[in-house]
Parts: sequence; C-alpha cells; structure tokens
Amino acid sequence: MAENVKPRIRVPRDAAAGETITIKTLISHPMESGQRKDSDGNKIPRSIINRFTCTFNGESVIDVTLEPAISTNPFLEFQAVVPEAGTFEFIWYDDDGDVYKETKDIAIK
Amino acid sequence: MSFTRRDTLLMAMGTAFAVAVPFKAFADVDADIKAFTGGAEMGSEGITLIAPEIAENGNTVPIEVDAPGAVSILVLATGNPTPAVGTFNFGALSGAQTASTRIRLAGTQDVVAIAKMPDGSFVRASQAVKVTIGGCGG
Repeated sequence: MAENVKPRIRVPRDAAAGETITIKTLISHPMESGQRKDSDGNKIPRSIINRFTCTFNGESVIDVTLEPAISTNPFLEFQAVVPEAGTFEFIWYDDDGDVYKETKDIAIK
Repeated sequence: MSFTRRDTLLMAMGTAFAVAVPFKAFADVDADIKAFTGGAEMGSEGITLIAPEIAENGNTVPIEVDAPGAVSILVLATGNPTPAVGTFNFGALSGAQTASTRIRLAGTQDVVAIAKMPDGSFVRASQAVKVTIGGCGG
C-alpha cells in the first residue's frame, strides 16, 4: 500500500453556465516504475496509479490510463465544461487495488 | 587523419550496435501504435504536442497534447523501456481536448502523440526531446 497518498485539486469556486474551466490535479504517489533496482540489485516491484477519472454530476469529463512512464506525484491538467452547478468527482485507481476519491463542488455565477 | 584497421573495426562494431539496439524498442512502439489505430493511416493536421526541446531532468518532463475534437489521445515515448506513457479518453463534458502532465524519459528520444478522431481517423504528432539525465533509475 502506498503511503501518504494525498490528492490535491484546483477547481474554480464558481463559473458561468456553459463555461470551460481548467482543472489541475496532483496526487502524491511514488509511481514506482518496476524498472528500478534497490541497493542489493533486486527489482523494486511496480506500484503505480494506473487510471484516473473525472466526472461531473455523473457524466464523464476525462478518463486517463497511466503507465509507468508518468512521473512521481502524477500531475494532470485538463478542461471541463460546466453546464450547471454540481460536483466534480475525481477517482484514482492504484495498482494495489486502493481507490482514492475526492469531490469538489462548483457554483454558477 | 588516417584510420588504422583497428579503428575501422571498432567503428563498424559501434555502428552495428547503435543500429541494433533501437530496433527492439521500435518494434514495441509499432505494436503499441497498431493496437491503438488498428494499422490505419495517420494524418498530421489537427494535433499539437508541446514538449521541451531540452529536458534537464528526465524524471519529470512536462508535456501538453491538444487535438480539438479528438475522442482519445495516446502518448508514447519511443525510447523508453516500455514506450506507453498514457491514454487520455475525453468524455462528453471535456471542455477542450487538451491535457498536460509530466512524464519520465529514459534518454534523448522522440515523444509521439496519436489522436483518434470521432470519424475514426487518426492524426499523429511527434517531438524530439533531448534529455540530459535519464529518468528510469538504474
């Protein structure tokens, strides 16, 4: 189990209806690639976040498949349309089966 | 400057090595591309890949892909031990088909982005990135 996994998300507090906003997310995670070796020459097993999804009121915004080539503390920036007030839900799926969830509300100006 | 026989042999061996090594990686890249496109032809218009020309640290190289209207975008690092970097699938509420992230590059290489358009066609962009310190540990 990866330790100290902490998602950080930046979503504007409010937006005009139909406006396109930029969302930035970062989750602290070692993203062990499975390529590295420890001091004894043994391979360190792969342990990464393999999928990230963002939905707004249940509708998909983006669904990203992450591979070991994504850096430590995966950072993602993307854009979303806000048709109405509601909630963004962010989900990260870890290789070890853990799921990290976070939500952010947005209001209409 | 004149070449001795020893020099010539060494150079020939070096060249053969340099040619043989990337071939394996290219085969993986081709397989990944084929799995995504099904072997379809690729255009070059309508996709932008922004990556630095020189990256000092291969552990975290910022990249940005932008393909207006795309359904999904596949990113590959052609010189990595495993070339796949990630796939971005855009949903109904994505405002613009653009995404940025940070990736690992093992060494100087081409980064390739392929976008799938709603009509089933594919477009491709690539950018060479020089890496000073590789990012795969080892």
